[in-house]
Amino acid sequence: MSATPLLAAGTRVRVRDDWPETRGPCHIRTPHYLRGATGVVERHLGAFPNPEDLAFARPAPVLNLYHVRFAPAAIWPDATGGALVVELYESWLEAA
Amino acid sequence: MSTNPLSPEADGLPEARPRAMHDMGGVSKFMCDAVDVEPHALDDFDREVDAIRGLLGAKKVMSVDELRRGIEAIPEADYLRMTYYQRWIRSITDNMLAKGVFTEAELRAALEDTK
Repeated sequence: MSATPLLAAGTRVRVRDDWPETRGPCHIRTPHYLRGATGVVERHLGAFPNPEDLAFARPAPVLNLYHVRFAPAAIWPDATGGALVVELYESWLEAA
Repeated sequence: MSTNPLSPEADGLPEARPRAMHDMGGVSKFMCDAVDVEPHALDDFDREVDAIRGLLGAKKVMSVDELRRGIEAIPEADYLRMTYYQRWIRSITDNMLAKGVFTEAELRAALEDTK
């Protein structure tokens, strides 16, 4: 289990506006188009070793993984309908 | 080790962001490509690369996570012209060199032997 308390469904969260890609070799599972976006936790999916560390064969702390729902039109202004639910690790989420 | 290839697009959001090359989701220039869902035939090269990856995993030399990270580090021009398993062997090779499993000189010598 991850050390941090679970986020409840319905919690508003912001995806960190961080760009490790600009700082050197990395492996990131958080899509570029969500950085800085605000969404709502849909459900907890479990806890898994951090893939950002596994990718470099480093010791990987276990992190909670969530389905987070976003409004497509907030990401892509010309979006009409549809749904956007993305798997995100807790290390990328902050209070919104 | 090289940094991840970045593909800043000319203008507009989110295309203007410094996304990594493989992080293609939501980029409008890829939007109209239909997803190829047809089965692909595997050739001998594909099977051999897959077997090598399986052996390296079984012997705990290299994980699929490291494979994926290595694929993501392939420069865009190379990435886009390579087949699926060519990307795999490129990543496997880069990982083995980085881990010191074999040296570049040993690799070149081995490739000479196959000629």
